[in-house]
Amino acid sequence: MKGDLARFQDGFLRALYEGADGAPASIPALSVQPGFAVYRNTIAKGCIDALEANFPTVARLAGSEWFRAAALPYVRSTPPVSVSLMEYGAGFPGFLAAFPPAQELPYLPGVARLDRLWIEAHTAADGAALDAGALARLPAAALGALVVRPHPAARWAWHPGLPAYAIWRANREEAALDDPLPWTGDGALLTRPESAVRWREAGKGACAFLDACAAGLPMAEAARAAMRAQPGVDVAGLLAELISAGAFAAPGTAPFPP
Amino acid sequence: MPADLGAGLGLKPQHYQDALAASDAGLWFEVHPENYMMAGGPRLAWLDAVRERHPLSLHGVSLSLAADAPPDPAQLDRLARLAARVEPALVSEHLAWSAWGGRYYPDLLPFPRTHGALARIAANVARTQDALGRRIAVENPSHYLRIDGHDWSETDFLAELARRTGCGLLLDVNNVHVSACNLGYDAAAYLDAFPAGAIMEIHLAGHSRDGADSMLLVDSHDAPVAPAVWTLYERLIERTGPLPTLIERDDGIPPFAELLGEARQAGNILGAQKATA
Repeated sequence: MKGDLARFQDGFLRALYEGADGAPASIPALSVQPGFAVYRNTIAKGCIDALEANFPTVARLAGSEWFRAAALPYVRSTPPVSVSLMEYGAGFPGFLAAFPPAQELPYLPGVARLDRLWIEAHTAADGAALDAGALARLPAAALGALVVRPHPAARWAWHPGLPAYAIWRANREEAALDDPLPWTGDGALLTRPESAVRWREAGKGACAFLDACAAGLPMAEAARAAMRAQPGVDVAGLLAELISAGAFAAPGTAPFPP
Repeated sequence: MPADLGAGLGLKPQHYQDALAASDAGLWFEVHPENYMMAGGPRLAWLDAVRERHPLSLHGVSLSLAADAPPDPAQLDRLARLAARVEPALVSEHLAWSAWGGRYYPDLLPFPRTHGALARIAANVARTQDALGRRIAVENPSHYLRIDGHDWSETDFLAELARRTGCGLLLDVNNVHVSACNLGYDAAAYLDAFPAGAIMEIHLAGHSRDGADSMLLVDSHDAPVAPAVWTLYERLIERTGPLPTLIERDDGIPPFAELLGEARQAGNILGAQKATA
């Protein structure tokens, strides 16, 4: 049995989001007052501001006006779950992928995923990265059985079919895009050495290697996954590159995923 | 406790370097803990650095004390961990609700101040203080609606909440001005009725009109503190003596020096009272 306060809250939110029909008797008297719109507007503005802050590359590419109009149906249908608004918008890339006005910009969902990964990398736990020396000291035979885990701040994504990372990177770095831009899939690795998020291109093989490490598979399995994803890939070179980027957690550091 | 807190400022990311370098006597900084509830990374490192130089206050906006449910234990735990990390001089929240049914609505929503609501909110405040192991301050929100069914005036409600839980109060003078204009009551009379002995902190902020032809003022935190609010503040401090006072600005953020100028204006009023005390 709900109390008066709970019924008031239910009715207030229903009036904010759907209108006052069917609300408790006290609610319609509120929703007709001009002040009711202040709450509706403040909540919508708070959510849209948070999304625009969390997806800055999408907002720059599409324009702030377009972004805020596109965000409105999302914030109306999907209020935040977490009070930490940096976490808001987990479903926004998927929303953009299905949003009819975004179909002219097919790279937006991929760009949005990269904005999201940037925040995850930015806010992840601190921890030491694995250094190459630690592996070099191992006998070669032991390497294949070794399990290395991604660093807590490492994130990666492969975008099939279109160069979402090239577009995202050019916008973040205020750099010119290659002209003509090869319209093929690309991938990205984000890491956080020395407290700032850095990014670099990652091939399909590197992404598959990291996926395998995140799943807890030993290096030999990760290497096989990389070669399946990208036949002919130089696994030793790929591994050296990932280590120098700080993509792996040092032993004793809580890895990603936790 | 925070006898050394004078006038403080809301800490904005774009002002971190200025905040680190600032050295006014009594200066302190306030943040929303929700913006620092992450596992690690540079933001927490910035906050640690500011904390090394200045006292810090955690001013929550999302604990939803006025919801008909206990505060989310996971969120209380995150707040307690942040408080353990930065050892804040003050911790505060609002007399409002913002979370319900597993969703967060980023605003400070109103409720009828009934006897039942008071019992629920007192339990929520007690649970929060137990989780943090310290006294918190509860803030009067801005009002935009005439709500039927109040059993208590806001000042009596807050006084009784403080009596039952031992909590302190955060008096937002701008919210009093905005609410008094919107609901048609006398701001000075509200301040006179406010239980001064429980005040741990004062907030000052700017407001704006909700559209050119609107009668409503909105607590927008996007402008300097208004002259009418300074007048109310000066009158209040004459009665209470000096109290930690924060300048809030969350939108239309000016250069740091401009905000520091407002903090110094508050500091002058506090200093004048200290001198006559």
